[in-house]
Amino acid sequence: MGAILLKAEGITKTFPGVKALSNVNFNLQRGEIHSLMGENGAGKSTLIKVLTGVHEKNGGTFYLEGEKIEPASPEEAQRLGISTVYQEINLCENLSVAENIFIGREPMKKGRIDWKEINRRAKKVLLERLNINIDVTKILSSYSTAIQQMVAIARAVDISSGVLILDEPTSSLDKNEVKQLFDVMRSLKNEGMGIIFVSHFLDQIFEITDKITVLRNGEFIGEYETKTISRTELVSKMIGREWGEDSRQDHKKIRQISEKVFVDASSLGRQGTINPFNLSLRQGEVLGLAGLLGSGRTEVAKLIFGIEKADEGMMSIDNEAIRSMNPKVAVDKGLSFCPEDRKVEGIVNDLTIRENIILGLQAKRGLFKYIPMKEQKEIAQKYIDLLRIKTPSMEQKIDNLSGGNQQKVILARWLATDPKLLILDEPTRGIDIGSKREIRKLILDLAAEGITILFISSELEEVIACCDRVIVLRDRNIIGELQGDEMSESKIMDMIAKEAESNESIPV
Amino acid sequence: MNPFLYRMAQTKIFWPLVALLVLLLLNFFLIPGFFSVEIKNGHLFGSLIDIMNRVIPLLIISIGMTLVIAKEGIDISVGSVLAISGALAAYIMESSTVWVALIAAVGVGIVCGMWNGVLVSIFEIQPMVATLILLTVGRGIAQLITGGQILTIDDELYKYIGSGFLMGLPFSIFIGGAIFLIMLYMKKRTAMGLFLESIGNNITASKFAGIQPRKIIFLVYTISGVCAAIAGIIVSANVSSADANNAGLWIELDAILAVVIGGTSMRGGRYFLGGTVVGALFIQTLSTTIYSVGINPQIVMVVKAFVVIIVCLVQSEQFRSIFMQFNKKKVSF
Repeated sequence: MGAILLKAEGITKTFPGVKALSNVNFNLQRGEIHSLMGENGAGKSTLIKVLTGVHEKNGGTFYLEGEKIEPASPEEAQRLGISTVYQEINLCENLSVAENIFIGREPMKKGRIDWKEINRRAKKVLLERLNINIDVTKILSSYSTAIQQMVAIARAVDISSGVLILDEPTSSLDKNEVKQLFDVMRSLKNEGMGIIFVSHFLDQIFEITDKITVLRNGEFIGEYETKTISRTELVSKMIGREWGEDSRQDHKKIRQISEKVFVDASSLGRQGTINPFNLSLRQGEVLGLAGLLGSGRTEVAKLIFGIEKADEGMMSIDNEAIRSMNPKVAVDKGLSFCPEDRKVEGIVNDLTIRENIILGLQAKRGLFKYIPMKEQKEIAQKYIDLLRIKTPSMEQKIDNLSGGNQQKVILARWLATDPKLLILDEPTRGIDIGSKREIRKLILDLAAEGITILFISSELEEVIACCDRVIVLRDRNIIGELQGDEMSESKIMDMIAKEAESNESIPV
Repeated sequence: MNPFLYRMAQTKIFWPLVALLVLLLLNFFLIPGFFSVEIKNGHLFGSLIDIMNRVIPLLIISIGMTLVIAKEGIDISVGSVLAISGALAAYIMESSTVWVALIAAVGVGIVCGMWNGVLVSIFEIQPMVATLILLTVGRGIAQLITGGQILTIDDELYKYIGSGFLMGLPFSIFIGGAIFLIMLYMKKRTAMGLFLESIGNNITASKFAGIQPRKIIFLVYTISGVCAAIAGIIVSANVSSADANNAGLWIELDAILAVVIGGTSMRGGRYFLGGTVVGALFIQTLSTTIYSVGINPQIVMVVKAFVVIIVCLVQSEQFRSIFMQFNKKKVSF
């Protein structure tokens, strides 16, 4: 371990309505692989983006080798010695490997690009620093994802060899490719580089990293030595509160859960996203799905709603077998889905609040059963009042609302369709505390009215407070179920973590 | 600042309207008697009526194009579809009645539109490429139908569509008006407007809301095909002949321009039928003006391009804000 290479002190970043980072510290040493961990919305990517100049920070300071830096763009960050390799490879697939490594900074000779030099140097960089021997004149797309990833890394380390940020580099790699990547990381580490490694695969974190910094809800939770922290401890730092604390709440109302099964999935699955699972949702219950990011909880919801097509298994709604599921069928059958990625999957940002609310109901009624303007306004107003959506007018563009209010609009869209089942995927993520509390209360109220709810959340206390039953997922499998008094944060975390320890070879 | 004017200036139709009015004003000074309308044999005559008559094929195609562009698409095959429809109608009238010809012409437009719709919605081919196929092959098909000749049309009823008068006005204006009203009705009184704008803006979120984008996409390309076919009937009826080579040549470009001038973004989302009408009128008025002012025909295209650049710049918010900075203190609309 060497001297401190990169130091972040009290970094703060706010987006309209949300505090994405508050007072976060981070230290990276030379020759260290340091993992940044936390659930979605914890602030990992925001921290990286602030560090690399994609976003402007609101407070705090970065020091690189003791000197204060303020990169204003990724290019500047790169010049300073901080380069990033993203999850999606942002290289040009139809250029050669060598071209990709040197694009934008081609060596020149007499006013022309010196191709021989490019190819020679590209080969050298790949061979010497990454120990990879490939034909650099072939186009990039002729190589596997792993090699493409390596090329991206080669480009990054050739430009600057101070700090290398790897943002979920392993999510599309298979086991051998991961091993290859890790070998490269180790050799770069021995050269004295500092590597920030973002991943949500626990096994990989424990295999490769030296230190772990955990963030939660934009706050710095702590920095830990990988050798000394246990998996269960780490999981609890990420998603729960301290050990043994039980947050079961008494205000949970007693619900009428009938024996009748509303949605029944048997060995439903989709290759590459979620392994076949069985799941029965009883009418009127609130069922939680718990698990880490990437465990398959969102995928379960997407298959049930038909956004993604299952390639095996059967599903029935209200005892009626559904042959081909798609969102329209789902909506017709009384299903509704508040998706995880509000900006991309939820809101239609150019449309008004009224139009966004009416969208689901209109889709359900179809193209020709137009909802008259008067009725549209009544419906919109009803839900704006009911959910207390803060807006000067229903004709405002939804884009102008804060995250919490946008989330309420999506909820309103589905409530307007009079749903029987409400699937909520991280409904409280990335929104301010006040809206969070309101939305949680609303979920409980809806459940009390008899709407069946499938509830997905990274915040375990929230899951426990709202749900009658929790299904725990891990690595694209359902691994267990907890009910009633068995539900506690510690039990759920135990399940998530213990499985990880007993099952060393996980298919990636 | 006049609040009414300010609100007007915020609407999408404001700038294209201003451009059109400026152009008309220019005509008022440059061309004597531009605004005069005479009555001859109970028909209205004059430059304005002439513009309205000539703009109709472009207008109809532009309306279809508006829907396609609202879904981030484009249909560059409309000129070829126009040629096919005119050619087929003329060919059928040689051996059959005018009614069969009309049905066949509209029918071939539906088929062409559905072809594009299938390529774009089901096979998810990029719209530019998908409609390029019909752009290229369409003229060939039209040539096959006409046998490489210019077919003349004798049927009086058919000719009436392109050059007849109703209540003193050219008949084609009524067709254009009807299509505009139908599309306006579909936008305002069915869910078409909401669905199309939603899909054009965010197709993923639309799917999550239960909308089936494929159906809507298929529908808009079919409508665009039908519009092109109707334009083809009007064009061939107006000149009493079907010319597979030259009918509707480059009209797709004018149509795209009309849509963009009208305020509909090529990035999809919100669409403005009224704006498109103004855009089409602007383009036609511009052509008429250039010819009647007596600009050298060789540089007509250059003049046209120049005016279009100005209109597009005036529409650009970025440009306006830069422009405003220069005379910040004087601005007061």
